[in-house]
Amino acid sequence: MSDILSMTAVEARAALDKKTISAVELATAYIAAAEETSSLNNYVAVTADHALSMAAQSDKRIAAGEAGILEGIPVGVKDLFCTAGVASTACSRILQGFIPPYESTVTANLWQAGGVMLGKLNCDEFAMGSGNETSAYGPAINPWQAGDGVDLVPGGSSGGSASAVAARAALMATGTDTGGSIRQPAAFCGVVGLKPTYGRCSRWGIVAFASSLDQAGPFSRTVADNALMMQAMASHDPKDSTSADEPMPDLSAALDAGVKGMRVGVPREYVMDGMDPDVVALWQTGQAWLRDAGAELVDISLPHTKYALPAYYIIAPAEASSNLARYDGVRYGLRVEADSLDDMYGETRAAGFGEEVQRRIMIGTYVLSAGYYDAYYLKAQRVRRLIKDDFDTAFQSVDAILTPATPTAAFPVGRTVDDPVTNYLNDVFTVPANLAGLPGISVPAGLNADGLPLGLQVLGRPFDEATLYSVGRVIEDAAGFSATPTRRAGGTS
Amino acid sequence: MSDFVEGRTGQWEVVIGLEVHAQVSSNAKLFSGASTDFGAEPNANVSLVDAAMPGMLPVINRECVRQAVRTGLGLHAEINLVSVFDRKNYFYADLPQGYQISQFKQPIVGEGTLRLDMPDGSVREIGIERLHLEQDAGKSMHDQHPSKSYIDLNRTGVALMEIVSKPDMRSAAEAAAYVKKLRSILRYLGTCDGNMEEGSMRADVNVSVRRPGEEFGTRTETKNLNSMRFIQQAIDYEVARQIEIIEDGGQIDQETRLFDTGAGTTRAMRSKEDAHDYRYFPDPDLLPLVIPQDEVDELKAALPELPDAIRDRLTNDYGLSAYDAAVITEERETAAFYEAASTGRDRKLVANWMTVELFGALNKSGQTLADCNISPVALGGLVGLIEDGTISGKIAKDVFADMFESGKDAATVVEEKGLKQVSDSGAIEAMIDEVIAGNADKVAEYRGGKDKLFGFFVGQVMKASKGQANPGMVNQMLRAKLDG
Repeated sequence: MSDILSMTAVEARAALDKKTISAVELATAYIAAAEETSSLNNYVAVTADHALSMAAQSDKRIAAGEAGILEGIPVGVKDLFCTAGVASTACSRILQGFIPPYESTVTANLWQAGGVMLGKLNCDEFAMGSGNETSAYGPAINPWQAGDGVDLVPGGSSGGSASAVAARAALMATGTDTGGSIRQPAAFCGVVGLKPTYGRCSRWGIVAFASSLDQAGPFSRTVADNALMMQAMASHDPKDSTSADEPMPDLSAALDAGVKGMRVGVPREYVMDGMDPDVVALWQTGQAWLRDAGAELVDISLPHTKYALPAYYIIAPAEASSNLARYDGVRYGLRVEADSLDDMYGETRAAGFGEEVQRRIMIGTYVLSAGYYDAYYLKAQRVRRLIKDDFDTAFQSVDAILTPATPTAAFPVGRTVDDPVTNYLNDVFTVPANLAGLPGISVPAGLNADGLPLGLQVLGRPFDEATLYSVGRVIEDAAGFSATPTRRAGGTS
Repeated sequence: MSDFVEGRTGQWEVVIGLEVHAQVSSNAKLFSGASTDFGAEPNANVSLVDAAMPGMLPVINRECVRQAVRTGLGLHAEINLVSVFDRKNYFYADLPQGYQISQFKQPIVGEGTLRLDMPDGSVREIGIERLHLEQDAGKSMHDQHPSKSYIDLNRTGVALMEIVSKPDMRSAAEAAAYVKKLRSILRYLGTCDGNMEEGSMRADVNVSVRRPGEEFGTRTETKNLNSMRFIQQAIDYEVARQIEIIEDGGQIDQETRLFDTGAGTTRAMRSKEDAHDYRYFPDPDLLPLVIPQDEVDELKAALPELPDAIRDRLTNDYGLSAYDAAVITEERETAAFYEAASTGRDRKLVANWMTVELFGALNKSGQTLADCNISPVALGGLVGLIEDGTISGKIAKDVFADMFESGKDAATVVEEKGLKQVSDSGAIEAMIDEVIAGNADKVAEYRGGKDKLFGFFVGQVMKASKGQANPGMVNQMLRAKLDG
């Protein structure tokens, strides 16, 4: 059955329509693949019965000629998304056993388009982390390994999503990206990940981390699959006040549009100490690919880039400290009984939240406190404005911006657990797009000297995901990225 | 005017500002579709958003926004076309989100004014500082279980308008008049039902005292007063308490106080130092609230006539006394009743009949204007019969009593009971002649100079007519006969 796992979603869709495979066969193969790669800990729950029943319905709709654009495609769901009748915990002890009676808008859109839910995927607790190491379910593991065979992180927070897609334990997966949580794990695992424009995908039914930054997006193995999934995920949702009423163009048309005549910016500030030289080299190679394909490369400046990370690590915890106040042991999830209400809060939250979540709640509470608000939160918001202005200025002269996705390739599990600041540096190239609300895509573009995948990031104007797919497709074609991770389902090595 | 309070050491001026929480009249809550019906079973009106389930998001109820704008317009206030919802963060069991969505730095309504017509005929302008929209919290019940508290989330997320006055009031009576007037305006606008017993209106009272003309003193805030009487009691108590402390050489602590409804006293709840740090910040789940000027203009054009305007019209155009005008305009329904009853009639006469007879009867019977037997048309009809001389004012009182009981109109009662006033000079003359003939001795006494007997003859004639003879004609004709 390894052939069926090698199919892209676009290929699988064609095979399903031609009835050379059935949705049930495809789902069965992926359920087996998820079990085969279970040592990667990328699923927190495989919902096999659910998947098979959805797949059976897909087969019926295909037979009836009523197939949706994702009909029969097995999709893994980050545990941050609420899925009706299926435990949804944001990989936190505090939501242990929480089964929502409602379905997030994004996953409802996917099922509406015919997608088949394989299960819930591991992630950092409340999406706070860059290595999927803060999960209450333990770390998810990257299917890629360097020669030393050490377990590597898949990135985070959507580490389970990236790991599962790379390991062929899911054909596609949902993720969320607050500061790079789709693009960084996509780069670490050698898959395609897109963070859409803020407002593109509804946040309704997704456990909130930082409301003004959170955005759901797709993981896939190819750019074309990614566009297909994005087409199904996005919608204007009246239940989310920040959801944008912007029609989504036909993204498949963008795939073959090319970059001829396109102006692509290269920001001089996207360099930092400790950057893998292979990343710098790949970035230059990427520029050459685009130039060869007819784009004009433009040297640009995004002068406030260096302030993005500190601003992000004020704004995101500030919002999180308030968003997570509802996990108080009163109505659902974990409760540790105590003699007084205040003690119950304290003990429940101490037992329910992991160290990183507690750290961010404390940072967020601090920066919003009387006497510190102006110096931290307000100043960070001003920085955010300046970063947005930087991009607005740049996009007056360029159509897209090319950067590395991450400063390095994936790092070993456990390496940065006690060093949060180093861990936070992973997000240095991805955070600015969240602060500015812009779309960004990470496309696997090569391997470093250790044989680990590296990604290139393309940033675009608000609501111009189409251009990202055009550029991404050119990079994908030029890179010819065909390497596969060692620990994949149906793998031979 | 002197509202100064006499202390042991001289005069004190009282300074009062009020924060009134008024529940917005709307079918659904401020950010969820759940019902706002009062009196439902506990936790019957709770949506996923109200219970703060993971991933749930608030969506503004535009009707609540329109209600706030209407209220702002009714208070002659500045409408802020862009306002911002903030989160006020604190933990409590009946606050599921762990924060209240409120408006802190940029409220929907800015400065306005409210006019008070005081009983002595003077007019006071009370400044409105701001009005903002916010969510109500739920209700904790501590008396349902020996060791646990129960939570009812029905109120959670219901829209409130917090209406903040400037510190412009100088007595408990003024504060009460302010709340009464504010309530009246809200009810005219239909933006709050003003039902204080159900908690639709509650006031926080800020009180300080100072020597006349000096700087403001330190204030205390007494929270959550839900009746006009409690507001006045709390102020009176605070004024006396503060004056006594200062006169004894002490200082007032800036603090939040609770009112004890049983004792009529206040006690400290928390000091400024213990005050919560609410960590206000703009709610990232909501975009700034933008109201198009067109919408404000439309709402303004559709506003009902408000009590001040009606009151001015009643005194200026209809010639009513300030008192009658105030009584009639306090409630929108009363003013509408009066307008309907008095159209085409003697306006002052109708006002008199309404405020004396009708309100008197309502008070006695415990009925309201809406559910009593007298319609505006019926009351107007009664006054019409007085105006055209069909019945006398005295007879009219009997007719009114019958109408109030039976619901019949005045003409029917007069017809059925044969109460029509006799203005036929022949009939009256006949009755006069009969009285003169039957009282020859009295006639002689009268003609002999005992003028006071005239009243006796009038009484005898009226008695003979069963009260229906036109009293003016009886007087005139009797005098002609006796003196002639």
